[in-house]
Amino acid sequence: MNWNSASEFFAMGGHALYVWGSFGACAALMIIEPILARKRRSKALTELKREIAARKDYETET
Amino acid sequence: MAETSILSTLGAVIRRDLLLALRRKSDVLTTLFFFVIVVSLFPLGIGPEMAMLRQIAPGVLWVAALLATMLSLPRLFAADHADGTLEQMALSAVPLGVLVTGKIVAHWLLSGLPLALLAPVLGLQFDLPADALGVMVLALLIGTPVLSLIGAVGAGLTLGVRGGGVLVSLLVLPLYVPVLIFGAGAVESHIGGLGATAHLSLLAAFLALAAFFGPWATTVALRIALE
Amino acid sequence: MSNRLVNWFKFASPQTFYPLAGKLIPWFWALTAAFGLAGLYIGFFVAPTDAQQGEGYRIIFIHVPASWMSMFIYLVMAFWAALGLGFNTRLSGMMASALAPTGALMAFLSLWTGALWGKPMWGTWWVWDARLTSELILFFLYLGFIALQSAIDDPRRADKAGAVLALVGVVNIPIIYFSVKWWNTLHQGASVSLTKSPSMAQTMLWGMLLMALAFWMYSIAVSLTRVRAIILERERHAGWVEELGEIRS
Repeated sequence: MNWNSASEFFAMGGHALYVWGSFGACAALMIIEPILARKRRSKALTELKREIAARKDYETET
Repeated sequence: MAETSILSTLGAVIRRDLLLALRRKSDVLTTLFFFVIVVSLFPLGIGPEMAMLRQIAPGVLWVAALLATMLSLPRLFAADHADGTLEQMALSAVPLGVLVTGKIVAHWLLSGLPLALLAPVLGLQFDLPADALGVMVLALLIGTPVLSLIGAVGAGLTLGVRGGGVLVSLLVLPLYVPVLIFGAGAVESHIGGLGATAHLSLLAAFLALAAFFGPWATTVALRIALE
Repeated sequence: MSNRLVNWFKFASPQTFYPLAGKLIPWFWALTAAFGLAGLYIGFFVAPTDAQQGEGYRIIFIHVPASWMSMFIYLVMAFWAALGLGFNTRLSGMMASALAPTGALMAFLSLWTGALWGKPMWGTWWVWDARLTSELILFFLYLGFIALQSAIDDPRRADKAGAVLALVGVVNIPIIYFSVKWWNTLHQGASVSLTKSPSMAQTMLWGMLLMALAFWMYSIAVSLTRVRAIILERERHAGWVEELGEIRS
């Protein structure tokens, strides 16, 4: 085991800023990117539904 | 027979583009003035110490040459695209690659060649010795055709696209890095006493590679744009 | 043999690929989590403190995988682009444009972690090291690809133009890398090499490989999610889209 306590783990031997700055940025981007990708899909889905509904309305009217 | 007709078409395309440029001299002159002004601004930003200026001169001249070439790229196909000439060219019996090569050669004659000829005058501002100026001109003469060839691909891809002028710089500048490195490196290593032969032959190798792939990739890009 | 070929082409149609991707995505997320947790465990708890670099070297566990993935994704992207250009398959172009943002993200992470590693090791956020410089140019190439595709309205033209650019980039990347490397050795400024850390310990290598696998699986999962969105955006007028469960519910 490398670490004797949690605070030692978070201090990273004095390199906390660099180590957690790297891992933090990595984690943040890897959480944001899938969310954005999912949002893009759900946006495409809602637009599609609206389009199909509008087309059906138009067909029933005429 | 076929060869002569291809060569004469090539010559005709080059002559046509040069003639058109003569009618609109301002286009060509603007690029040249841009080159002169950018290079002249550097000493004002950095300071007039000659030792420092001598050191940065090759890099400054080359970066300015890249930017000036890039500025002139949209001109390469845009006018012909707008008046439908490009479509006629694509439909004609002559392979489009030949016509594209002609246009690239004309582009170099109008942008790369004047830049190379103007460079020694600007190099004097930076106190470069005469033999270094010679190497500079030689490097520009070999390197600027590569810029025109790679740039043509970018110009073809962004033809008729929104914000094409800015976009082309984003596409093309990263690809110019090797030319910049070896072009400026040739002058630097000559000044450093190492000789410029290695750099210049690598530049020539890039030119051969670009001359082989460039017109072909540009033709593909233009066909996509014309679809 | 011919049967197999037919099967592959079947999956090349957006209609069959869309539900298939949907089924695969959770599995790739599970693999990402498994490899990632194992890699992080080894990286933080098993791998010993480096004698010279202290704890700062642990950045390697994301820096190197991100750099590898950024290069690998460009190759995969160019492969799909070439396939799309050659065989005129719709899905290939969509795959290429789905991969580009993830590749750009990896290149960015590689630069970011490289800077954060450089500061404690070399005392500066940035050195014009050959690797860092070529990574920066790779990042620019990704940005160019994304910018070109988003500037063209017609998706078919965007795919093809992007494909030409990706292929030109692939030809250029080795040239750029060797030029930058040569440039770097000529200007003996900072001749520090990132990977020449003294005799990498076995556990470190394992941690790095596991993290690389996690990044790989992550890239597949997220680009499959994105390609599903792209399929929906582009195939909106195809009949099969209306038959989807997600639409009818």
